[in-house]
Amino acid sequence: MKKNTASKGIFSFIKDCLLWNLSGPISYQIYLCILVCLMMAGIYGYVVQFKLGLSATNMSNIVSWGFYISNFTFLVGVAAAAVMLILPSYIFKDKDLYKVAIIGEGVAVGALVMCMTFVFVDLGRPLQFWHLTPVIGQLNFPSSLLSWDIIVLNGYLALNALVPAYILYCHYKGKEPVGKFYKPFIVLSIGWAVAIHMVTAFLYQGLPARPFWNNPLMGPRFLASAFAAGPAIISLVLHVVNSTTDFKIENKIFNKLRIIIVSAAVINLLMLFSEIFKEFYFPTHHSQSATYLFFGLQGHDSLVPWIWTAISINFIGTMILAFNPFRERQIILFPALILLIVGIWIEKGIGLIVPGLIPSPMGEVTSYAPSNVELLITLGILGLGMFVVTMLLKPALIIEKEYEDSHKH
Amino acid sequence: MDSDKKKKMNRRTFLKGAASTAIAASAAVTVGCEGKGLLGSSEAFALEFQEYFKKYYRVMTPVERQETVTRLEKLARIKQDITVNIDTTNPGKNVLYGYAFNVTRCEGYMECIQACVKENNLDRKSNTQYIQIFEMEPGQMTPDQGDSKFFHMVPQDGHFYMGVQCFHCENPPCVRACPTKATWKEDDGIVVVDYDWCIGCRYCMAACPYMGRRFNWNQPEVPKDEITKNQHYLGNRKRVKGMMEKCTFCIQRTRKGKLTACAEACPTGARVFGNLLDPDSEIRFVLENKKVYRLKEDLGTEPKFWYFID
Repeated sequence: MKKNTASKGIFSFIKDCLLWNLSGPISYQIYLCILVCLMMAGIYGYVVQFKLGLSATNMSNIVSWGFYISNFTFLVGVAAAAVMLILPSYIFKDKDLYKVAIIGEGVAVGALVMCMTFVFVDLGRPLQFWHLTPVIGQLNFPSSLLSWDIIVLNGYLALNALVPAYILYCHYKGKEPVGKFYKPFIVLSIGWAVAIHMVTAFLYQGLPARPFWNNPLMGPRFLASAFAAGPAIISLVLHVVNSTTDFKIENKIFNKLRIIIVSAAVINLLMLFSEIFKEFYFPTHHSQSATYLFFGLQGHDSLVPWIWTAISINFIGTMILAFNPFRERQIILFPALILLIVGIWIEKGIGLIVPGLIPSPMGEVTSYAPSNVELLITLGILGLGMFVVTMLLKPALIIEKEYEDSHKH
Repeated sequence: MDSDKKKKMNRRTFLKGAASTAIAASAAVTVGCEGKGLLGSSEAFALEFQEYFKKYYRVMTPVERQETVTRLEKLARIKQDITVNIDTTNPGKNVLYGYAFNVTRCEGYMECIQACVKENNLDRKSNTQYIQIFEMEPGQMTPDQGDSKFFHMVPQDGHFYMGVQCFHCENPPCVRACPTKATWKEDDGIVVVDYDWCIGCRYCMAACPYMGRRFNWNQPEVPKDEITKNQHYLGNRKRVKGMMEKCTFCIQRTRKGKLTACAEACPTGARVFGNLLDPDSEIRFVLENKKVYRLKEDLGTEPKFWYFID
C-alpha cells in the first residue's frame, strides 16, 4: 500500500474502502454471505408485511407498538453509548480510549441505521414517509416528540458518520486532521448523544395516558441502561476486532470499559429498584401495568418469565463485572457482558413497551408475542446493522493501523 | 462465432416470446377490466399518482380541495363502480359540538354501534367499531372496570351500560403527538384525521387516554351495496390499510345539521348530541340541569363528552 500521497483523492479513498471491504479470507466472505442472507430474509418478511399491511404482525388496537419499537428503544441506547468513548478520548485526552473511539462511532452508526429501519418498518404507510420532511411535508415541530426524535436521530447519525469520515480521510492521506474542522462537532455530539436518548424517553414519558411510562425517572434510567449495554456491545465488537484483525486492543482498554459498564449498570439497578418500590409498596390503579409485567393480570402472564430472567441476568452480569473474579483473563467477562446486554434488551425493549400499552386505557388486558414476520424483519435489520458496522470498521481499522505505523518511524 | 450466433438466436426467441407475452397480457388486462379497457386502468393510475403527491388538507386552497374530491370520486367510479359524493363543508360559525350519555337509560342494545359501522363505512373484515359499550356493575363508575366483551341478552339485572368513543377533547393529546399534523381539532370541536396525510406511526393511539382511535391493520373491506355514499373528506370516505381513523361525530351528517348516526339510532334516548354554544340545545339543558361527569378529568384533556345519571 505504498502509494504516492498526492494521488490519494476522495475517489481513491472510496475505491480503496470498497476493495478492503470486499477482500478478505474465506471466513470473512462466508460471514458477509450470512449477513446478506439475513437481509434477504428481512426483505422477504417486509414484502409480506407490505402486502398484508401491519396485520402481518401480532400488534392490535390495544398493543399498538410491539417488537419493532421495543428494539428501536434499545438500539437508541446503543447509539447514544458511543459518547462514553468519545467523551474521555476527545475531551479528557485518554490515549487508550482514543484508539478505539472510532469503533464506538462505527457501532453508533450501525445502531442508528437499525433504529431508523425499525421505525420505518413500523409505519403503516411507508410510502408517505416524505410527509415528515420539512418544507415539502408538515413536521409537527416542536409539539410532537416524535418530530424531535426524527431530528435528533438524523443529526446524531450525521455527526457520527461525518466526523469519523473526515478524520479517516485525513489519516488516509497521511495528514493530521485539522482540529477546528471537527472538534466543535465532537463537543456537539456529546450533548447530542444525551439528547437522543432523553428525547426517546420523553416520547413515552410525555404520555399521561400511559401511567407506566409517564414517569420522570424514565429519561435518566434510559441513559444509565444505555451506558451499560452500549459499552458492553462495543466491548464485544472490540473482542471480535482483536481476535480477527491485526488491530490489537490492549487489556487496559477492556478494563476501562468494564468500569464504565459497571458504574452505569449499578445506577440502572438502583433506579429499577426505585421503580419497583414505587409500584408495589402501595399499589394503585396505575400499578396495573407493572403488575401485568411482573406477575400477570387476568391470566395473561406471557411477559412474567421474561422480566424475571432479565432482572436476574442483569444482576448476575453486573456482579460478575463488578467483582471481576478472573482478573487476568478478559475472556471470562464476555459471558457476563452478554448476560447484561440480553437482560437490558428484554427489560428495556419488550418489557418496557408492551406493559405500557396493557391494560388498555379502557382496562382491556391481552397478550402479545411477535409474529414470524416481525421476527424475520427484525433478523433482517440485525443483519443490516452488522453489515453496516462491518463495512465501516474494516477500512477504518486498516487506515488507522497504516497511519499509526507510518507515524512510528 | 458459434456462441455469438447462439446468443443472437436466443435474443431473437426471447424477443418473440416477450412480444407474445405482452400481447397476451394486454389482452388479459383489457378483458379483465370488463370493457373499460387499458384506458380505464391507466386513468386510475394517473389519478392515484396525482393523489400521492397531493398536499396536506389544511394547506389546500378551495380549488385544490375540489380537485382532490373530483379525483377521489372518479377513482370510486373506476375502481369500485360506485358513485360517491364527497363534500368538504367547513365548520359552521358559533358551533361547538358536544355529547352527553345517559347512563341510566342505556340498556346495552348496541344499535348505536350498528348504525355507526354502517354510516362510517367501517371495516367489516376486522370488525372495526368506533363505539364500545361496557357492561357495569353497581359501584363501578369508569368503563375500565366494566366488561366490553359481553355476549348475552340485555339488559341484565343488576347491571348498567356505558358507551365510550372518541371524546373530542378540547385539549387532545393525540393532536399534540402526531408528527405530521395529520390529526387536528376543527373549529367546531371535532378532532379529525386527514387520512391521506397520516403515515401510520400510531403515536396518537399511544397518546389517547380513552382508546378513541382505530388503526387499519389490514385493507378495510366494505360490501359494495352497503357503502354509505354521502361522504366527507374528513369523515366516512374510503380508507386504506395503514391509516388511522376515529369517530368524527359523523362529520358528514352533523355539518349538514343532522344528528350523529349513533344518537339517531339509540332506541332508549340515552344519547344527546348538539351545539354547546346554542343556549336552547338539548345538550345545554343536560349540562345545566343534570349532574354530569367526565372520564379521567385528572388528565386535563377536557373531553366534550359527559355522562349523566337521571
